[in-house]
Amino acid sequence: MNQLQRILSARRLSHPIISPLRFLHRRLFSISDADASSASFSSSHHKIQTPEVKASNKSRSTSSLKEHELAKFSAIADTWWHSEGPFKPLHLMNPTRLAFIRSTLCRHFSKDPSSARPFEGLRLIDVGCGGGLLSEPLARMGATVTGIDAVDKNVKIARLHADMDPVTSTIEYHCTTAEKLVDEGQTFDAVLALEVIEHVANPAEFCKSLSALTVPNGATLLSTINRSMRAYASAIVAAEYILRWLPKGTHQWSSFLTPEELTMILQRASVDVKEMAGFVYNPITGRWLLSDDISVNFIAYGTKRNDLGDI
Amino acid sequence: MNRVLARRLKTNVCGAKILRRTCSTVVTDNESNAKRNSTDDGPQHDIAIVGGGMVGIALAASLASKPLTKHLNVAIIDNNPLLGSKNIIEKGHPPDARVSTVTPATISFLKDIGAWKYIEEQRHAYFDKMQVWDYTGLGYTRYNANDAHQDVLGCVVENKVLQSSQLSCVQESDLQKIVYPARLNSMDMLPSSSLTGLGEVPSTTELFMRGRLAKLELSDGNNVYAKLVVGADGSKSRVRELAGIKTTGWNYSQNAIICTVEHTVENYTAWQRFLPNGPIALLPIGDKFSNIVWTMDPKEASDRKLMSEDDFIKAVNDALDNGYGPHPETTSSWEGLSWLTGHVTISTKERFETPPKVVKLSSERMMFPLSLRHAKDYVSKRVALIGDSAHTVHPLAGQGVNLGFADACALSKAIAEGVALGTDIGEANLLKRYEAERKPANIAMMAVLDGIQKMYAVDFGPLNALRAAAFHGAHYISPLKKRIISYASGDQSLPLFS
Repeated sequence: MNQLQRILSARRLSHPIISPLRFLHRRLFSISDADASSASFSSSHHKIQTPEVKASNKSRSTSSLKEHELAKFSAIADTWWHSEGPFKPLHLMNPTRLAFIRSTLCRHFSKDPSSARPFEGLRLIDVGCGGGLLSEPLARMGATVTGIDAVDKNVKIARLHADMDPVTSTIEYHCTTAEKLVDEGQTFDAVLALEVIEHVANPAEFCKSLSALTVPNGATLLSTINRSMRAYASAIVAAEYILRWLPKGTHQWSSFLTPEELTMILQRASVDVKEMAGFVYNPITGRWLLSDDISVNFIAYGTKRNDLGDI
Repeated sequence: MNRVLARRLKTNVCGAKILRRTCSTVVTDNESNAKRNSTDDGPQHDIAIVGGGMVGIALAASLASKPLTKHLNVAIIDNNPLLGSKNIIEKGHPPDARVSTVTPATISFLKDIGAWKYIEEQRHAYFDKMQVWDYTGLGYTRYNANDAHQDVLGCVVENKVLQSSQLSCVQESDLQKIVYPARLNSMDMLPSSSLTGLGEVPSTTELFMRGRLAKLELSDGNNVYAKLVVGADGSKSRVRELAGIKTTGWNYSQNAIICTVEHTVENYTAWQRFLPNGPIALLPIGDKFSNIVWTMDPKEASDRKLMSEDDFIKAVNDALDNGYGPHPETTSSWEGLSWLTGHVTISTKERFETPPKVVKLSSERMMFPLSLRHAKDYVSKRVALIGDSAHTVHPLAGQGVNLGFADACALSKAIAEGVALGTDIGEANLLKRYEAERKPANIAMMAVLDGIQKMYAVDFGPLNALRAAAFHGAHYISPLKKRIISYASGDQSLPLFS
């Protein structure tokens, strides 16, 4: 643990005990802010996409990048994806999230769990895709993946990285929001929003958007952090004030949702929560495990009701 | 593709975008099927196994047997000409001197991958009894499979039978595999970088430049690319060397002589006697043949290798009978310790037996030096070591290859997990799961074997008595004995401390 702390303080890491996923956006910013001279894309967190970005295809957007900007993106992408780098805790947690997603979606869509590409033919959307840590494995499992993120920089990073492998280069990344896709009338077989809902202004509206993106009888998956004393202690007191891994005020404890509240707002949005699991970190093995303990980090899987009409 | 195209037409607003993505998808698919295009300088594989020996082929066979990994594209790099062809072993020939004692754990692994049925068609010898004793005449112990509630203690199989059986599995599977009959010259991999090259369809070279593939240069001038390179190339592993993985270990000042011998009767017991210079083992190999593994100091070994056949047979019979010291007595003077014995199993009452006499030498005598070597790491990015390339053990209990099979099993399991979760299979975090599973188990077994070797490397009165006491202890205290059998059979827990 000492060693971990040393590494953490040296690299200003997010701590594995609290969910590292939530820190992605901030982490990214602190990296680019550290080198503000070239931070020509230090856009605001909730930057709304410009029409230009939306209309541009990948080759256009890359060609419009200046050389040093490209280098910057690339460096951040490599940092993000370096499994021993600052996002190591996240890389460690990813298999655990994916195991839950794989098993629930295989069951939901009656797919063979022993197949190498069980999601073949399924259209999934990863809302808040970040650097694509979830989108890429889902694409390798055979899914047709769309990744969206409100932060243009994240989308660029995800694009750069996904193009490194022919299997993941089929992922479509867009800098947009769930609400905008609802307006465009898009739907998906399964909608995933991991570690996003605690950052949105109106969780109930967000859940309605996720539900609207899900086809009837489709699946919706969300993960977040509980509004429990344990979560408060680990995510806010420890991470922000004592260990200072995160800027103070990163998290607003009061905006966290309890599993009951999440279930309720999903219910109102026509999504019935079928299963919930917690993520528990074992500091000895350095592995995250799925467990019944949903007191800190948890993931929920629900199905969209088939009542056509308003959400 | 029409389906994809149709959907893209429906979902995309921007016309230019539709065209671009669809085209790239088409080309990508073609590339992944052909694994080669004009701009590349070598074929691309998921896994390159360097070394097509028993353990390397075991990995391929294990991958081929799992639904999650059977689609993988595997390269096997080995200049052994036998790999390409199907080698049928003629039954009339006397058994090869290179044999392995496979444990029940290995047998169940071989059954899982579908290789055991081929082995059963060829020569193999189960044994359900084992007798271990030493030259001082102070102690002996007989193990019986029944003591550990197992049918057999193990099975002796020629290495070439193990090899060809697993190869048959691989050949009959759907696994896409190519054998490159060459040696590995060099291995390169670059740190992960998304900066280099932004081609719409990354070529193999570009993927290599971005750190997504390892590049292997072969002795025949070809280049091969793979997401994961597995070093199954033995104790002098080139992969280990090229990956810069250090080893610790030492050479024992001992050589082993191995050969096949013939008896007048069939042998169903594994025999091992500790002599002043090292153990001699007589293992049944089927029909009236046995295999000899005789460990001794290098000078003695070269003498025994060169001596006439008749003299050698005489020396072997001597070493397995009255040479160096008397037979242990069946009714020992340790009755005073009966309070220690607890539940006495049937085999504790079994009398000491003399191994069957050797009448003929049926193969050449081969000699090899013994050493202990352990890689500090089993994995690094895009590299994993299995079998002797990760650990070379004293051949004392015939454990070496069993550890290798366990490695192959664990690595294929980790790869299957990686595929299930959509991970890049060369990812270090994934490979570390394999290391975490196998390293402690291998170290424990190495320590036990090294300890036994050291205990017998010294001829010192009190120590001899201690050894004898240990034998008696092991012979009479049945729970301990059961543990020893289970451990030697491939169970994971340590015999004493679990």
